[in-house]
Amino acid sequence: MKILVAIKKVPDYQAKIKVKPDGSGIETDGIKWIVNPFDEIAVEEALRIKESGKAQEVVVVSIGSDDTQTQLRYALAMGADSAIHVKHDGEIDSDLASRALAAVYQRGQYGLIILGKQAIDSDASQTPQLLAARLGLPQACFASRLVLDTQTATVTREVDGGLETIKVPVPCIVSTDLRLNEPRYASLPGIMKAKKKPLEEIKLADLGLEPGTKVKVKKLMPPAQRQAGKKVDGVAALVAALQSEAKVL
Amino acid sequence: MSNILFFLQLESGKIPKSTLCALNATHRIAKVWGKHSVHALCVGVGAQAAAEQATKLGFSKIYWSEASGFSKYLAHPYSQALLEAWKLSGADTLVCAGTSTGKDLAARVSGMLNAAQASDIIAVNDDGSLRRPMYAGNVIADVELASGPRVVTVRATAFAPAGPEGAVAVLEKLIFEPDLAKAGEVVGYEQSKSERPQLGDAETVVSGGRALQSAENFQKYIFPLADAFGAAVGASRAAVDSGYAPNDWQVGQTGKVVAPNLYVAVGISGAIQHLAGMKDSKVIVAINKDPEAPIFEVADYGLVGDLYQIVPELTEAVKKAKGN
Ligand SMILES: Cc1cc2nc3c(=O)[nH]c(=O)nc-3n(C[C@H](O)[C@H](O)[C@H](O)COP(=O)(O)OP(=O)(O)OC[C@H]3O[C@@H](n4cnc5c(N)ncnc54)[C@H](O)[C@@H]3O)c2cc1C
Repeated sequence: MKILVAIKKVPDYQAKIKVKPDGSGIETDGIKWIVNPFDEIAVEEALRIKESGKAQEVVVVSIGSDDTQTQLRYALAMGADSAIHVKHDGEIDSDLASRALAAVYQRGQYGLIILGKQAIDSDASQTPQLLAARLGLPQACFASRLVLDTQTATVTREVDGGLETIKVPVPCIVSTDLRLNEPRYASLPGIMKAKKKPLEEIKLADLGLEPGTKVKVKKLMPPAQRQAGKKVDGVAALVAALQSEAKVL
Repeated sequence: MSNILFFLQLESGKIPKSTLCALNATHRIAKVWGKHSVHALCVGVGAQAAAEQATKLGFSKIYWSEASGFSKYLAHPYSQALLEAWKLSGADTLVCAGTSTGKDLAARVSGMLNAAQASDIIAVNDDGSLRRPMYAGNVIADVELASGPRVVTVRATAFAPAGPEGAVAVLEKLIFEPDLAKAGEVVGYEQSKSERPQLGDAETVVSGGRALQSAENFQKYIFPLADAFGAAVGASRAAVDSGYAPNDWQVGQTGKVVAPNLYVAVGISGAIQHLAGMKDSKVIVAINKDPEAPIFEVADYGLVGDLYQIVPELTEAVKKAKGN
């Protein structure tokens, strides 16, 4: 079986994100770009399935401009076998990403697709479900545990009320939550090997797709800033402040 | 003029606050986008009774079904039901609460409808654009959805719950059996039970972080303080990852978003991913032994010191202040 893993290039989760003064985007100077942490978990899960003997090949895919290849190479360095780069310089929203991923899925014989439950830049949490709908496949989103059989995937999902376990037929779409695994680091030999692994470049048009997004970002702005308050001197002072000043006690 | 379809999500057969907050946003969208009326779909165990209770919430029609295919939530049958109700109601817009179920379901329906979707909106602007947080709340975006079918999920904490309005809704049983061929099945559910208020609805939340060191210390230090306040209990990702607290207590970018009157952060450093879930709280109290911890940058009241000493003292003081 082949597993397809989708990854997205995003700013480092520790980066201080600032909006450009004209609201047209974020300041990208000095930002380190990483594989979306949830997608890194997806790569790790696919590698573990392969290492357990239940899959033979892990293919990673990303849609974006040329520098997206850095993140694809990182996933190859973690251990993925090959990569597909869908080249596109323009805007990408969840809709376009899901259309491209659906087309890539249909070019290969994949038994499973794993991707992050959300990207930490757009925070939309749409692409996995959109993709599942486009392909008419079952979805198992927000996974914190995945057990794969020949016919089914048993997935424990992190939901609002606790943990829910569902069993769905494969092929299916799994979206990863944080506690699914702890991704490995790319090793030095891994990084060397990754340079020689196959990385296929395709254009949106080769997939028969039109560019264009359904969600237009009109304007970005910084959030309202909270005023830092004060340090209080001990429990008695805190309780007094909560009672008489903040009036929440 | 077309209509809006609202997913009337139930929780154990009841209409939760998050659904009412999302409904408020729906009425606002209906007004700004000039929609004719709001229809609702309510399925699952207790759907008929819930639909009867919801007749005065400003819907013109509520479709309901208790068919066995809907007895437990699964994306596959629920999305088919929404699609059916979409057709019946002449809707061109679907709105769901941004709960884990709402997120799972809304985007699947978007894909089926080839719709434009905005997730987790916090406001509906007068010009029809929608406001939503991005980058763990470090950026606020105004987005415009392409014309055609549209889907919106709503961040419940950004809207007050909807109350009674308008005429009484017509109830209609949805005659529809979902195709369960690829649906899969629910094989297990571990519900974290608690006598305490729910994290999303509570007036006060007391959260513990990595500094608690164990599940036992959560019980020994965080629970009594929460109970003294009458609060819900929350946690940082580090505390959940380490097994001190269950997953559904996680507050933050990828956990729950809360906005109580009072949020007490105990032994939590204040990473942006945590702040994303609580910085809209009215009053924030932080207890941390590191005076430089970033949590103090958003806290109204900071107490520097060892939680193991402060928390028991505070618990007693709160009990006394509350007169019990
Ligand atoms: C993709 C992604 C998503 C994430 N999503 C979330 C999320 O949704 N929610 C979330 O919370 N995090 C999230 N995180 C993790 C986040 O970045 C932080 O790692 C996490 O919030 C840290 O938890 P903490 O504050 O409990 O632990 P730490 O950062 O280790 O802080 C512990 C604090 O306790 C203090 N302390 C230690 N001992 C004592 C004592 N005896 N008395 C008082 N104070 C003490 C320390 O000074 C320190 O400030 C996410 C991270 C990533 C990469």
